[in-house]
Amino acid sequence: MAKGVKPRVKVPKTAAAGDVITIKTLISHKMESGVRKDGDGNVIPRSIINRFVADFNGQNVIDVTLEPAISTNPYFQFDAVVPEAGEFKFTWYDDDGSVYETSKKIKIA
Amino acid sequence: MDFTRRNILALGSGAFAVATFAGLPAYASKTDDAIAAFTGGAGVTDGGVVMTAPEIAENGNTVPVAVSAPGAVSIMVLATGNPTPAVATFNFGPLAGARSGSTRIRLAKTQDVIAIAKMEDGTFRRAGATVKVTIGGCGG
Repeated sequence: MAKGVKPRVKVPKTAAAGDVITIKTLISHKMESGVRKDGDGNVIPRSIINRFVADFNGQNVIDVTLEPAISTNPYFQFDAVVPEAGEFKFTWYDDDGSVYETSKKIKIA
Repeated sequence: MDFTRRNILALGSGAFAVATFAGLPAYASKTDDAIAAFTGGAGVTDGGVVMTAPEIAENGNTVPVAVSAPGAVSIMVLATGNPTPAVATFNFGPLAGARSGSTRIRLAKTQDVIAIAKMEDGTFRRAGATVKVTIGGCGG
């Protein structure tokens, strides 16, 4: 797992049922090209995030395929419908096999 | 044949023009390939997609780009002037509030950024924007 990876997500704490809310996500992630070598001449494995998924109570909100042309610290902003109280789950998939996860609960007000 | 100074200049500029044009389609065809892979060869019509990108990006490493297409199933973003044109594909699930997304991308040089949207009825729409890049985002 790459070091210094920190997902940050901004989700409103409450929403009315059926509301559309805006979610912002950013994951601190140092890209690794997979071409560089370390001091001993070994290739450092490539570490670039290739997929981002946001789910709400098991239902998919958005599924993004990332190519290396996405900037370092991938940032996404998108809208989601909140039909009921529950939990947003955010998952990032890395080329080196790591999976970064975070989740946010939301209440109905 | 006599090579006058004028002839040689004409030849030289002709060869230069050929070289420049031969260099360009390499990127263009990669973009076309990427579009064909996404659409499966179907026609793409203009309109129906809104793409928001800055006119001038000072730093090619992080160029904010937003796409939105009401009624889209997925939206693909392509940077035509990058060594690899593919940037990202947004696939919308049942709980997506709006068929839109925004992110930050890398651009190697001044170029067109294209968004291709796959609609619910199976048609494809496109929109593009030219972004001037002051400092490229691919090293160098």
